[in-house]
Amino acid sequence: MLDVEHDEYAELRESVARFAREVVAPVIGDYYERCEFPYDIVAKMGAMGLFGLPIPEEYGGMGGDYFALCLALEELARVDSSVAITLEAAVSLGAMPILRFGTAEQKARWLPRLATGEMLGAFGLTEPGGGTDVPGGMRTTATLDGGEWVINGSKAFITNSGTDITGVVGVAAITGHRERGGRTVPEISTILVPAGTPGFTVSKKYSKVGWSASDTRELSFSDCRVPEENLLGERGRGYAQFLQTLDEGRVAIAALSVGLAQGCVDESLRYAGERVAFGREINRYQAIQFKIADMEVRTHTARLAYHHAAERMLAGLPFKKEAAIAKLVASNAAMDNARDATQIFGGYGFMNEYPVGRFYRDAKILEIGEGTSEVQRMLIAREMGVPGA
Amino acid sequence: MNIVVCVKQVPDTATERKLRSDDKTLDRDAADGVVNELDEYAVEEALRLKEAHGGEVTVLTMGPAKATDTIRKALAMGADKAVHLSDDALHGSDALSTSYAMAQALKKIGFDLVILGSESTDARTGVLAAMLAERLGAPQLTLARKVEVDGSAIVIERITDYGYDKVEATLPAVVSVVEKINEPRYPSFKGIMAAKKKPVETLGIADASVDASAVGLAAAYSEVAEFSAAPPRAAGTVVKDEGDGGAKAADFLASKKFI
Repeated sequence: MLDVEHDEYAELRESVARFAREVVAPVIGDYYERCEFPYDIVAKMGAMGLFGLPIPEEYGGMGGDYFALCLALEELARVDSSVAITLEAAVSLGAMPILRFGTAEQKARWLPRLATGEMLGAFGLTEPGGGTDVPGGMRTTATLDGGEWVINGSKAFITNSGTDITGVVGVAAITGHRERGGRTVPEISTILVPAGTPGFTVSKKYSKVGWSASDTRELSFSDCRVPEENLLGERGRGYAQFLQTLDEGRVAIAALSVGLAQGCVDESLRYAGERVAFGREINRYQAIQFKIADMEVRTHTARLAYHHAAERMLAGLPFKKEAAIAKLVASNAAMDNARDATQIFGGYGFMNEYPVGRFYRDAKILEIGEGTSEVQRMLIAREMGVPGA
Repeated sequence: MNIVVCVKQVPDTATERKLRSDDKTLDRDAADGVVNELDEYAVEEALRLKEAHGGEVTVLTMGPAKATDTIRKALAMGADKAVHLSDDALHGSDALSTSYAMAQALKKIGFDLVILGSESTDARTGVLAAMLAERLGAPQLTLARKVEVDGSAIVIERITDYGYDKVEATLPAVVSVVEKINEPRYPSFKGIMAAKKKPVETLGIADASVDASAVGLAAAYSEVAEFSAAPPRAAGTVVKDEGDGGAKAADFLASKKFI
């Protein structure tokens, strides 16, 4: 197993936990209420190097690994998911594909500013007509014309795509068609589109059920032209690129989910020790004790699941199934814990000013984003050898 | 500029803190040790001065072996190296003998500027900066909310009840800081990794030319004669509003001499 108590991981966890407690917790409720992106918190996250955790030092990163990122996500989400998803999307979806697949020039151009959080990256895969259904639901196209890609289409639910500090969006697009096994299939590639490129329009923020202090937008591309060299990695490799990106991302979302589940445990344990009903603190009632025990079990199990997936990832072993299991278990844990924590808090749990109210609103998306729970089950079954659809 | 930051490991204020029944000294095993909060501001200020003027930041701590955690935290924030003054003979030292031992270590290390928090959250004597300055024959600039260095000149803003005093001196000097001075950074992962490779020199009392008879519990001028646990928190008083809630609340506050 990964040595999570190992000095540097433990110290990083402690450092981020303290940051979350001291910097995020006191103010995030207000940002959430106003649906406002917390630029000052993001700047401080950048100053402590969170955006550069898995990025090598030569690109201005911290020279850590993906597990370090997961630990940071968990500790942030224990207090608030909006800032956690901002970090997750910026690093896992924005920076990592450039690090993994980018040319030397692309890495040199983008990574130093992405690693410090001075600039946020985003990844445009999902479209209004489909998320996981690629290429079936994909309509966005990019065609070469005079040394430039001309992009047309739209993208939906793209995190970090419309902030003042958004620098670049990786856009998955159909760049042609290929013959494969006697069938003509779309060729998918990823193209880096700098923020502010003419023809690239960012719509206003969605009104969301949760993650209210994060930035999520619909994007549209109308004859948006970028240089040919903005192609990320090889032409036609877009599908393989985002499959790898999403496998890693699932471990990160599992970590974030575990953080939310743990936040529910923390809050419930504290509140149940203070709240008096029928003459006793409610933590003396078995109905509450069992709920808290169940919450702890879910959190613990989900944490082990994501640690295991991360361990395989870092060891270079196949981890697709483990990542899907971790994401499924952890998002369930987050949802169930949020429901139980809200129940323990009673009427106060339904108030936005208490963290559990935020946890409740933030939990549901974890069963949807980065592949729905149904998609996770499909992936797990496929990894077990059952035939594809 | 050669800056030495004095940091102290203290029991976490969020946990229950106790004195030992045998020798009436702090029970360091009973609570988690953390960096004294004001010392984090001192480390931050030292790092900012180094970033602005160049030089080196050395962390100095006096404490048992367990205090290495505190040293590592300061190194993870960005300090360059550390000196750990650690010796069983130092156990139970009061503020006077602590200042003596620390001053001896500081003379050995050498410094242009010594920075420390204005007090610790455990003993809270708040006298160490003044004592160190006296023993080192250096000017003392205490309770700083701002520090500026220009060549060998140093100017601080010292907080007072009425605002602040501007105090000037020439380096080498001793400065103590208050929490208004800055916002300490959180250690980054790179800082945490780098801290493991930074040199930490451990000094016993002989290495620092500290006279054993002048330190420790036996040499302390002050003594804890007696102590008792804080009384358990009493049940609160509920004021029922029957049209006179305001007056009752005021009476209660007056009875406690708050108003």
